[in-house]
Amino acid sequence: MPVHRLEIEARPGLSDALGAATVRRLRSHLDVEATVRTRRIYLLDLDIDEGEAATVLDNLVDPVAEIGALGMLRDAPAQGAEAPIFLTVGLRPGVTDSVGRSVHRAAADCLGRAVEGEVYTATLYRLEGIDRAAAERAAAELLHNPLIERLTVEEGTRALDLRVPRAGQPRAPEVETVALRGATDAELERISREGVLALTVAEMRAIQAHFAGLGRDPTDAELECLAQTWSEHCKHKIFASPIDYVDPDGEARHIGEGLFRAYIRGATEAVAEARRRDRLDAPGRDFLVSVFHDNAGVIRFTAADHLVYKVETHNSPSALDPYGGAMTGIVGVNRDTLGTGLGADNLTNVWGYCFGPPEFDEPLPAGLMHPRRIREGVHHGVIDGGNQSGIPYSRGFELFDRRYVGKPLVYCGTVGVMPVEAAGRPAEQKEIRVGDRIVMVGGRIGKDGIHGATFSSVELGEDSPAAAVQIGDPITQKMMADFLAEAREAGLYSGLTDNGAGGLSSSVGEMAQATGGAELDLAAAPLKYPGLAPWEILISEAQERMTLAVRPEQIDALLELAARREVEATVLGTFTDSGRLVVRHGALEVCDLELDFLHDGVPLPTLSARWSPPPRATAAAAELRTRLAEDRAGELLLDLLSRPNLASGEALARSYDHEVKGLSVIKPWVGVRQDVPATATVMRVRHGRPEGIVLGEGIHPYYSDLDTHAMATAAVDEGVRRVLCAGARFDRIAALDNFCWPDPILSPKTPDGEHKLAQLVRCCEGLRAACEAYGVPLISGKDSMKNDANLGGVKISIPPTLLVSVIGQMDDVRRALDLTPLAAGDRVALLGPTADELGESELARALGLVVDGVPRTDLAACAARYRAFAAIRDAGLVRSAHVVGRGGLAVALAQMTVAGGLGLEVDVAAAAGELASVSALFSESTGRIVLTCKAADAAAVEAGLGAHGLCWLGEVGPPLGWLHVRRGGETILGVGAEALRRRLQRQGERR
Amino acid sequence: MTPNDPILARFAIDRRQAAGVRVLVMTGYGLNCEAETAAAFARLGARVDARHVADVLEGGEDVLRPYDILAFIGGFSFGDHIASGRVFANRLRFRLGDRLARHIDSGGLAIGICNGFQTLVKLGALPALGRAVGEGLARPAASLVANERLGYRDAWVRLAFDADSPCVFTRGLGELVLDLPSRHGEGKLVFADDATRAAVEAAHLIPARYVDDDGEPTEAWPANPNGSVGGAAGLCDESGRVFGLMPHPEAY
Repeated sequence: MPVHRLEIEARPGLSDALGAATVRRLRSHLDVEATVRTRRIYLLDLDIDEGEAATVLDNLVDPVAEIGALGMLRDAPAQGAEAPIFLTVGLRPGVTDSVGRSVHRAAADCLGRAVEGEVYTATLYRLEGIDRAAAERAAAELLHNPLIERLTVEEGTRALDLRVPRAGQPRAPEVETVALRGATDAELERISREGVLALTVAEMRAIQAHFAGLGRDPTDAELECLAQTWSEHCKHKIFASPIDYVDPDGEARHIGEGLFRAYIRGATEAVAEARRRDRLDAPGRDFLVSVFHDNAGVIRFTAADHLVYKVETHNSPSALDPYGGAMTGIVGVNRDTLGTGLGADNLTNVWGYCFGPPEFDEPLPAGLMHPRRIREGVHHGVIDGGNQSGIPYSRGFELFDRRYVGKPLVYCGTVGVMPVEAAGRPAEQKEIRVGDRIVMVGGRIGKDGIHGATFSSVELGEDSPAAAVQIGDPITQKMMADFLAEAREAGLYSGLTDNGAGGLSSSVGEMAQATGGAELDLAAAPLKYPGLAPWEILISEAQERMTLAVRPEQIDALLELAARREVEATVLGTFTDSGRLVVRHGALEVCDLELDFLHDGVPLPTLSARWSPPPRATAAAAELRTRLAEDRAGELLLDLLSRPNLASGEALARSYDHEVKGLSVIKPWVGVRQDVPATATVMRVRHGRPEGIVLGEGIHPYYSDLDTHAMATAAVDEGVRRVLCAGARFDRIAALDNFCWPDPILSPKTPDGEHKLAQLVRCCEGLRAACEAYGVPLISGKDSMKNDANLGGVKISIPPTLLVSVIGQMDDVRRALDLTPLAAGDRVALLGPTADELGESELARALGLVVDGVPRTDLAACAARYRAFAAIRDAGLVRSAHVVGRGGLAVALAQMTVAGGLGLEVDVAAAAGELASVSALFSESTGRIVLTCKAADAAAVEAGLGAHGLCWLGEVGPPLGWLHVRRGGETILGVGAEALRRRLQRQGERR
Repeated sequence: MTPNDPILARFAIDRRQAAGVRVLVMTGYGLNCEAETAAAFARLGARVDARHVADVLEGGEDVLRPYDILAFIGGFSFGDHIASGRVFANRLRFRLGDRLARHIDSGGLAIGICNGFQTLVKLGALPALGRAVGEGLARPAASLVANERLGYRDAWVRLAFDADSPCVFTRGLGELVLDLPSRHGEGKLVFADDATRAAVEAAHLIPARYVDDDGEPTEAWPANPNGSVGGAAGLCDESGRVFGLMPHPEAY
């Protein structure tokens, strides 16, 4: 069938917003001045004739705002002496083209009939005022990502281009066997490496021995299926393996049960036990509803609703394709909540990114994108993914360090709300039975995302597989999510899980454990294009797919509802009790694996951890005295506020929807001009109900250079403190752990692996200690353990990074607090002692000073302090509250000054005690809260908190005032609110 | 909501009177503001049905008849691919257009918020100048295009209202300046030609405008998030019964 080309552009006289934005990006990224016009190109590879194509065009073009043509729009003559350059950027074959899908749908709508074929989209940039070389550079560095896009460059005149990136050639399905029997270790290693299986020689040997026992070799699909299921990504081997550990005192210890059981699960079980002992929960109403065996943890909230929370990372794909990788991150974690129990509804998202510095100006190793381009793409991907899914965001942060140049960290999380009962059944439980049908719903299967799970378990290299990148299609997922909610309420399925890492092999493999077996026929699987081998169908990570278990008697009703909602649903097989995962493609046998071997066959070697930190050359005392002199305090504060780690970032963050659903109470941006990041956010869960959730987090990767134990306690402490400031109940807090680590396994490529693993052990110890002390269970988590890049002989490893995401609950959101001081004359107090703890603080990093003194957290004292704080807060005595965190007291006071538009008059003499003023102001000691109260309530606050390190600082000053800090009457810092605001806003406006 | 609901008190709304009002909130296809839109109408006392668009399209000739108000809600219908509201508006034109025209002609109301506004404009239901009763939907004479500053922005805006507008949804708001959340990427209102714009202005069909700190209509960012001429934030038809706006009153 002939291809029809449509071109559409803004009507002459109307602005071309994409063109204008491209001009700005060329200017800010490349320092290039050009004129840019853009056009949208649709290539209709459909069974329609020319007249019908014209009808489609008529229905796509906005008669008021656009012009369009079948074929080509006329190109205006060149404006200057130089010929215009045309760049056409389209997608490569097989890359998800969600716009193309919508054009296809629109074509069928306007022609009034089903239409066969595909639609491919592209963007045409007409650049003038720059030469071809500059245009090609613009393409390479900004407009074109060769991993997923194709590019055509034309100069002067264009020719009609009807080429379409058709994907796939029909071919007969084939299954190959892989000759493992008799293979040497070297051959096993080669088979694993060349196949991107990420299996160790020991694991390959285990597979070899298993199949030798069966008297045959594995098929390609069996080997792939094992590689996915046994991947670090899916199996968390580093957290499961026994460890021989030598601690900082040289004491040796064996952690036989592995880190997860000893510390993560151990912490939560200890907290659960303490809750039972203290009778915190009514009988039958445990706080922990479901943890550690599903896609996300489930906790109790109200009589009608549970809460689900999960945070994921999507680091490697975001390094290769920032937009698509990050979008997949957010829509992927949305499916984790959708796939928990019988399904939860997505309530709100969170995001957080660790990037290389935006101003990074050194040569980049080949294969890495500039941190600024990664940052822009990641934001854009999560913005589109979240907004188009109709899910607001509540929390967002960005941190920067040179070591994230090699791999960015992209955290995406989702809180879900799960009805306590769905169609009369407890919604947190799946009830899959033998005979239930296996149904795949949502998107189709392509080669996208093949080897995603195994790829995330290897370092980033020049030959990283392009196919590992998936691109999300939020609208397909949104329609699927709406359909699933309807089907759940109608009781049309008995279980579900998402197709994420490992695709069908993982989702069906996991669900099959419920009944003890499954049979699949891949011939029925809907494909995006022909030519996929059976093993590819089995492990593809193509997005927007869930796997359902459906009772045979309900299958017709489920398929009928899916058809009405335009959601593709296909029966692929049946759950059995055969003990095996059996996969066919029609008559062809593809895979026959014992479930026991699949899930429990992976050998876990004992790992070695030894605390052996590299030496640190700390700054001399004389240098510290000069550079941390008291008279520099004001200047230091202004410098800190405009550093990327502390600058507001508001301009970028406003592209994310935080209002949809109409449930937000304390929004991500607070203050009289809503431009200060909130300490924590508060959101209702249902319209007309007073109960709410409170979200905060803690992340302190820089402390890992000193001690990962301190990093972990600081992260838990800050997250908990944040939600307490906003109003969370102390007895209803839960946390998630996300570990991002450089490879911690000793090898020739990682000679310091033993120390990195010891850092992980200490981090886990700190995490458990803090969670136990605060009574905070860990309900979900994720680890990403190979965050290294090895390119052109340069190895860049991230700093060990623990993100602790905290979810609190409050009974009445009308009592929620934020950090904004409310009235002149209110008293200001600091709760919690300050120590000389500037090691790897924001100030030390800004000044390039290597100092010791990482913040140590007295967990028992903090727990008692927080209980006392929550009591006076609930008594209505606190009017605003904020954590002291990154940047110390000075930064916290500055943020409150900007938020309130009121001055703060404070004296730090009492709070500083013996400390130098700069230490008192910038030390990052944990456990501290700044609060304001009415002067009349000061005595009551004193009575409640006096025993917990309360220090009166001063009072809220007059409107449009200054932040004025004295010590014993002597001024050490005085800055106007507007000057502070300008510094905070600086970074955010650079876009 | 509590009996002392400040909004009901401020506008002297009697929920018992409102109980006779029936509202249809259409959902699905990537629309996403159904919960807050339904909650907002329910708060005023109206009886709200939320129904999937597909079920409405298949619902027969009289599917709209029980309803006094049709709510076209916010979201990303079909991802806003091609252009915001485009695919959705086409589908409604082909499969619901006649029923929609009859609903308007028979005295029914319709409100479009954000994506719903984009959809009503692209359907030709707004501004529908000169459309006579009994005719099908008008040919589109306006559009909502990409914000002057490209990209989606979520921030609150201030709106002032035209006391002389026929719009029934803003009646009585004349002196009020209202803060509302605004969040969209394509909200710049443009007209087919100057004559259309002049006719719209003459008939007071722009009931709501973005205003600056002084309360004056503005085209300047960020008080006007999209660069609409004259600060236009909404549009109604000559009957005043069909109204669309970009900001989100339901998320107030």
